[in-house]
Amino acid sequence: MSVKLTTRQVGNVSVVDVAGRITLGEGSSNLRDTIRGLLTQGNKSVLLNLGEVSYIDSSGIGELVSGFTSVTNAGGQLKLLNLTKRVTDLLQITKLYTVFEIFDDEAKAVRSF
Amino acid sequence: MTVDTLLESSLDSVDRAEEMVTAAARSAGFPEGDLEKIAMAVRESMVNAIVHGNRYNSNKKVHLSVLSARDHLTVKIADEGSGFDLATLPDPLARENLLRHSGRGIFLIQAFVDEFRVRRLSPAGTEVQLTKYLSHS
Repeated sequence: MSVKLTTRQVGNVSVVDVAGRITLGEGSSNLRDTIRGLLTQGNKSVLLNLGEVSYIDSSGIGELVSGFTSVTNAGGQLKLLNLTKRVTDLLQITKLYTVFEIFDDEAKAVRSF
Repeated sequence: MTVDTLLESSLDSVDRAEEMVTAAARSAGFPEGDLEKIAMAVRESMVNAIVHGNRYNSNKKVHLSVLSARDHLTVKIADEGSGFDLATLPDPLARENLLRHSGRGIFLIQAFVDEFRVRRLSPAGTEVQLTKYLSHS
């Protein structure tokens, strides 16, 4: 299974439900396109729900970082929701855990924007 | 279980290599947590070989071999590219590199296996050797 991205609007926040694999190729490019699309539409409050992400590689991590910098540079905020153990471990190893604002409760995450 | 095969320089080969090595590691008795680490290290090594080494050149192949010994598994992945110098790779944990899009692959490989070696091949190419020990599980 490659990646599946579903975007929904909760108040002013665009919540992107990500499921599957964020790896080099389709997975990482789909995530990039989705975030770019949101910025183009003027949606600068982005919450990535990674609860159903089964696999992420260094390319996927790179896309999370690129998404973060793109949204930040546009004057917005990108935050992460529901990290799996695998993603948590990778973000800790790469010291990115402290870069992102991370939540395990969607309502709380939405209120934080 | 041993593997010795030539793979095309396409992203499909990344998945194939990951599956073959994971099967070999499972047969060798590695626990689930280690299987994930080995698979990730193989994936990153294969991506490096195909994307940075062979640059998706269909005339160039990736040589994958796996040797399963009593207490360890050794995976060798060789490309036909111009190679890289491990010493000159930027530190992905340095503050100035933390928000870079790329440059974490080799770092993750080193984090997930017990031994990581890089060897220049003649006349061209680079071979990376990954070793994971069962006793470290």
